[in-house]
Formats: sequence, structure tokens, C-alpha cells
Amino acid sequence: MLETKNVSKSFLTKQVLKNVNFTLKPGSIYALLGPNGSGKTTWMKLAAALSKPSKGTITLDDQPISIKSREKIVFLPTENFFYNNMTIKDVGLYYDDFFADFSIEKYHDLINKMDLSEKSKIKTLSSGMLAKVKIAAAMSRNAPYYLLDEPLNGIDLIARDEVMQTIIESLNEDATIVISSHLVEELEPYVNQAIFFKQGEMIEQCDVEELRDTQGVSLADHYRTLMKGDFLNA
Amino acid sequence: MKFNTATPIYQQVVADLKKKIVNGTIHPGDKLPSGRDLAVEYKINPNTSSRVYALLEEQGITYTKRGIGTFVIDDENIVDILKEEMANHLLTFFMNNMHELGYSSDDIIDLIRRNEKC
Repeated sequence: MLETKNVSKSFLTKQVLKNVNFTLKPGSIYALLGPNGSGKTTWMKLAAALSKPSKGTITLDDQPISIKSREKIVFLPTENFFYNNMTIKDVGLYYDDFFADFSIEKYHDLINKMDLSEKSKIKTLSSGMLAKVKIAAAMSRNAPYYLLDEPLNGIDLIARDEVMQTIIESLNEDATIVISSHLVEELEPYVNQAIFFKQGEMIEQCDVEELRDTQGVSLADHYRTLMKGDFLNA
Repeated sequence: MKFNTATPIYQQVVADLKKKIVNGTIHPGDKLPSGRDLAVEYKINPNTSSRVYALLEEQGITYTKRGIGTFVIDDENIVDILKEEMANHLLTFFMNNMHELGYSSDDIIDLIRRNEKC
């Protein structure tokens, strides 16, 4: 279990996370939803041990998050973090060097399936192609937790479908995946849990099918209700 | 498949699989895809696939062979049973709505006849 307990984070005078509490259970796909600036990326960076909470703790199976937990938590940042001169093949080798749980065979397989050429250089790729390479690299690791920050951002519908397909196909049954996005409709069929952030606070966590079952409401509509009055800040 | 996102997705996939059994795309005795393959095919969460198969099994439409997979029960009657069930479901929905509009059952029958002639 990945537990976030009373976590706050401030940068100088600006508080970006306010007393956040929630627990991620194994074997679920979570949507982490909220407008820009609501704290989604900040939370992911804390959980990925790239930054420390100002208050509170995040624990993985009762151990505080540390550099060591990066073995179990895959974090895919939204920015491009590959060197421009690398080829797609080099990205695989780079990941293979870094992570013991990385499978180069799986990476080759995913790259092939998405019709990418291993010889292509990163700098020649379109944003859709780059998104696919990033997801192939992340999903070729075999870890219990995956935190994907805006993996669908700025790419076309077909590439989005391929990225989501790759995630579903390569996911281990007990793995937990968190996908942050503001493309609520795109994520809707794929996720079974949703966590809502608003202005640095975790305002709700819900089961998506239960929402449809008991209230007859879609995730997108629920998002609109929760974020109402917030569109000027979004 | 396009989902209505305001009703549970597992129910919509169950309805679609039943429709496929009725129209002969899936036959009695056929093996169904694994949970993961079903998730990929319908673009849904693998957890939803598990719920789909649990519901189909609960309704006596499929059964699971441990370690082999999920199968449609090998009984031709299932096609007619499902067909009738789905037809009744559609009919009830239609009749209720028509009654709400003030049509009697006779009016509805007349309307259907007239519509057919056009």
C-alpha cells in the first residue's frame, strides 16, 4: 500500500499541498484529476522521492519513501527527459542500465507494436511518438506502482488510444497505476478509482463504477460538479 | 464500442457480449478472451473485465475452467433464452415510454402496422 498521511508541501511562501490523506490499494487504476496547479505533479514527485514533504509522510508498505523505493515505484514525468541524440534503441539500453526490473525484450516488443523504429533519434520524433516511447520505457519495468504524469498530454486521439492500450496490455494484475490528467473523458473507461485534487487539497476519492451504479453519473460530470466555480482558476 | 459513461461499463459490456451470442458472433461452447484481452478489446479496465465475467457466470451464461479460461455454456438453448430476455427488455422499455405518451396497447399495435406499410 502507498499511503499519504497529512502531507503538506510549500515552496517558499506558496503552499501547494494542504494536509493530503489517501491510500492506494494494489490492483487498481487510479485517475488523479484536478485543474492545472491543483498539486497533482507535486504529489507524484513526493511519492517518487524527488522531493520531500514539508509536513507529513508518504509510506510504501509502511516504510517511508526514500531513494530505495524508486525500485518499486515507476515515475513517468510529463517532460521529455531523454537526450536528443539518443535513438529509441538507446533509450532501452539506458533504462536497462538503470533499472533491474526493466525488460529489454518487452521494450522491443512494445516499440514494435506501436510501429516505431528503434533507429529513430529522439529529436526527430513527433510529440505523439515521444509519448509512445516514454510509455514503452515506463511499462517495460515490472514494478508494483506506476505513477504516470499526464501521459496523454498534447498527443492526438490515435496516439492516446495506443498509449492507453499499451498501459492496459502490459499491466501486471496486482500493479497499481496512477494516471494524472485533465482529460477526464479520455480516462473514463480505463480507470476504476478516481482521486480529485483542488487547490492543493484532496477533496474526494471514489470508485468510478459505483458512482455510475448508485448515482447514474459519469466521471466527467462528477468532475464538473466538484470543480464548479473553479474554472477561473483552472 | 462507445460507452454511455453514466451507466456502469461492466453492464454495457455484458449486454454487448449477450448480443454477440444472440446474433451468432459468439457460439455456445466458445472460449471467451482472457480478462486482459477483453480489456484491450473493449478499451476498459482489467478489473471491469473481471466483473463482466463474474456477472455472466452468476447469470449462468458462462463458466470458468480453472487455468484454462472462461467459456460460454455449451447449450444451444442459451441463444433463444438470451434473445427472448433482450427482446422483452427492449419491449418493456418501449411500451412504458409509449404508455407515458398516452398510447394504449392497441394504439401501439395500430401504429406499428401503419408504420410497416410506409
